[in-house]
Amino acid sequence: MKKPAASRIDALPQRSLWRLLGVMLLVIAPHLLRLPPWESAAVLALGVWRVVATRRQWPAPHAAIKAGLTILAFVGVYASFGRVWGQHPGVALLVIMLGLKLTELRARRDVVVTVFLLYFLLLTHFLFSQELWTLFYLLACTIAVTAVLADTHHAGGALPARLALRIGGRLIAQSLPLMLLMFLLCPRIPGPLWTLPDDAGAARSGLSETMSPGDVARLASSDEVAFRVRFEGAIPPAADRYWRGPVLWAFDGRSWSAPPQPFTANPPLQLEGPGYRYETTLEPSRTPWLFALDYADASALPERTRLSSDYELMSWKPVNERLRYVAQSQPRHRAQPDLSDRERRRLLTLPAGYNARARALAQSWQQAGGGDRAIVDRALAMFRDEAFFYTLEPPRLGRDSVDEFLFQTRRGFCEHYASSFVVLMRAAGLPARVVTGYLGAEKNPFGDHYVVRQSDAHAWAEVWIAGFGWTRIDPTATVSPARVEQSLGALGSGTRQAREGLFGALDWQTLRYQARSVYDWIDAQWNGLVLGYGTDLQRDLLDRIGLGNWRDMLLALTGTITATLLLIGGLMMRKRRPAAPTDAALRLWRQATRQLQAQGLPQNRGEGPRDFADRVARERPALAAPVRALARAYLQARYEAVEPTSEALRELRLAVDALKR
Amino acid sequence: MNPHLQDAVASLSRIVLGKDRQLRLALSCLLARGHLLVEDLPGMGKTTVALALARVLGLTHHRVQFTSDLLPADILGVSIYETASGNFRFHPGPVFTQLLLADEINRASPKTQSALLEAMAEEQVSIDGQTRALPQPFFVVATQNPSDQVGVFALPESQLDRFLMRISMGYPAAAAERALLTEPERRDLLLGLAPSLTPEALIELQREVQQVRTAPALIDYILALVHHTRAHPALQHGLSPRAALALRHAAQAWALIDGRGSVIPEDVQAVFAAVATHRLQARSAGTAPSAQDILAAVAIP
Repeated sequence: MKKPAASRIDALPQRSLWRLLGVMLLVIAPHLLRLPPWESAAVLALGVWRVVATRRQWPAPHAAIKAGLTILAFVGVYASFGRVWGQHPGVALLVIMLGLKLTELRARRDVVVTVFLLYFLLLTHFLFSQELWTLFYLLACTIAVTAVLADTHHAGGALPARLALRIGGRLIAQSLPLMLLMFLLCPRIPGPLWTLPDDAGAARSGLSETMSPGDVARLASSDEVAFRVRFEGAIPPAADRYWRGPVLWAFDGRSWSAPPQPFTANPPLQLEGPGYRYETTLEPSRTPWLFALDYADASALPERTRLSSDYELMSWKPVNERLRYVAQSQPRHRAQPDLSDRERRRLLTLPAGYNARARALAQSWQQAGGGDRAIVDRALAMFRDEAFFYTLEPPRLGRDSVDEFLFQTRRGFCEHYASSFVVLMRAAGLPARVVTGYLGAEKNPFGDHYVVRQSDAHAWAEVWIAGFGWTRIDPTATVSPARVEQSLGALGSGTRQAREGLFGALDWQTLRYQARSVYDWIDAQWNGLVLGYGTDLQRDLLDRIGLGNWRDMLLALTGTITATLLLIGGLMMRKRRPAAPTDAALRLWRQATRQLQAQGLPQNRGEGPRDFADRVARERPALAAPVRALARAYLQARYEAVEPTSEALRELRLAVDALKR
Repeated sequence: MNPHLQDAVASLSRIVLGKDRQLRLALSCLLARGHLLVEDLPGMGKTTVALALARVLGLTHHRVQFTSDLLPADILGVSIYETASGNFRFHPGPVFTQLLLADEINRASPKTQSALLEAMAEEQVSIDGQTRALPQPFFVVATQNPSDQVGVFALPESQLDRFLMRISMGYPAAAAERALLTEPERRDLLLGLAPSLTPEALIELQREVQQVRTAPALIDYILALVHHTRAHPALQHGLSPRAALALRHAAQAWALIDGRGSVIPEDVQAVFAAVATHRLQARSAGTAPSAQDILAAVAIP
């Protein structure tokens, strides 16, 4: 005897379970690498237990065990993170709960719950990474999860894997246009696509408000993108691509810093010469500095920024998310022509008891006379004429770092030159400070944007010269002029040209460079068009297509979706609808059957003409004779020969007419 | 209608009571030059139908009772060395006949079943490297028990496909069963039955079947049916082109028995269940649409 179906659990085919486990692993794999090791191990162990329990047909664990495990999971997450909410603990909880769900996976319903949990878990990946590969990975995951969902809903037996995947893929493909439409038109919350909670992400590399010997050199080996720039109109020559960042003025003998100053009114700034307007997309730096070409125009500052008294472009709060801003700069300028005594004192301060030789040298220049310009030139001449080398791997420096650099090692990176130059200037009585930032910008050959990487980090000096104001002096340029002309990455690979000659276009370095450019271009598009698609871009887009306000936009959204669905529905119905009859006999027959239908005698689908006539004769004996005659005439006309004879058609027409009467 | 044909139908329904529809199907199967598979429980009159057909059509016939130890040579024949002449002489098996009644075909081993295959498809047999033609006309009428009985080898799809039709008898109606019990034995009646047709007349009728007209509209209908089965989600495979041809031939024969010179959709519908159901396989057991379901779902173009 078979058991009645109702009493059985809607059991799951084993094959579906293996698939579900596989897809689960796929979905949580990136998280497993981020979670505490005990949790990853526990989740994997649960999966293994599930496999063995299914194979050996072990009974389901007792409810008390399950409850105990759940409490343990909470305790474990709390112990690891110190709380059970927030980004990391939340994801950790979700993953472990998903693992625990395996202990009560019995019927189809449980699988459906698990699948929806998986969909939700997919979203959490965006909290950790919003790069392009994440998108593709998650798209593949979504298709796999949808395939499992389709498989689950298939009564009786698992679907073939390829069919299930095809169904999943087709469903996702069909939903893509709607997704795009919603993405473009749905009202957006101000802010980036994915707002990261405060505990997200570790410290980023980049420039900071202090600079010790070796800091910038460390950055030089980083290939990370600092920001991307798109110029509107003129593009500045390479020698003018100084991106101003933190300005450091306090020196403790070893490192430079920018201690907070009492707020002062912005010193006067006269800008001259050609101006550049550009849009910058800054990667999160976790500092408030924005980068602008020397010198940013105070009258055209981006929103929520200010210009500091040292002409730094500062955001109101640290940049924790990718930020896009438009700024305007003019490289020719007269900055702060007058310096107050207090300022002058501040910018001449040197720590006592350090770098005695350098100070003595500078003082000798001052006594030689000849004015401020002459002192600057003497210092630059020293860097140029004596055996100074520019290197990424300078020797370590001791207590009197400037003395050791100037008189012993003479090998250094931009920060050594900038730092010792400023010390010399101050010792010679010229107010000076160190400016850090980036130098250069590499054009992406595939897009119209320029990339500035962490390896472009640079430090230079500013000297206040009476009558001219602040003047930018880059001592590194006198030692290694090439540093200004081309980016550091290119400088490092000096053998490139030679290789190109040998291997032509197949050169490995060139290929790598091109691949990097392509990736950078794609990444820039992704950042700009998708991740950066916030309220502003949306408003721009909607304005451009004439849907500037919310009401129009919502109307358009509703209208478009409705119209699309109507169109799809219409097309499907059109496909289903039988073609209009071209056959004369069929047309006459339809005419007659329509008439009979109006009298409550419809011809059934799949009912032959003779059977139909017989049925009508049974149900409505009064119509028997004309309907039988009609069916006979129709069969004669339609099925007797390839083309109905005119005689047969006439007969049919008569029969149809007879029915009307 | 052809008077001989009318006579044949009448004679048949005197032997097998109350099964006019099945008899007409069986007759149209043979007229369409197809082999017939009769499937039912033991004792439902399968063999009687087959014997009656042979008798009424005036065909020579042999009957082979298939058993699990039956060998191919038992059907096809065997060459035996004769000491007198010093030669091998071929002793033809029961297959050399006009109507072979293969009783309980699914009791034989697959090897023996497949020995029938060439005979059915090619109307010839190859034995000892020599091809021998079978008499004309040649029919196989096989009977089988439903395959969920004990001790049967279900026919594989390829072999099922060789049968133009599969019909099942079903229990007789009350009146027919009463007559069965009160009247003389069917076997005795069968012996007294005079043939209504000669083999030559049968071959002539087969030729007439091929001349029954099928209008484009009707071909469209057959195609619609076939395509419907191919797109049906519950079916493993749809009907093959051979099945579509079979459908046309069977419908032509049915129309001829009905006394018409052209096929109408009702003819296709009449033979559809017998021609199609044994060629269709459900994706999972018990979910296959019935022939009626398919007919009701496909609009006649």
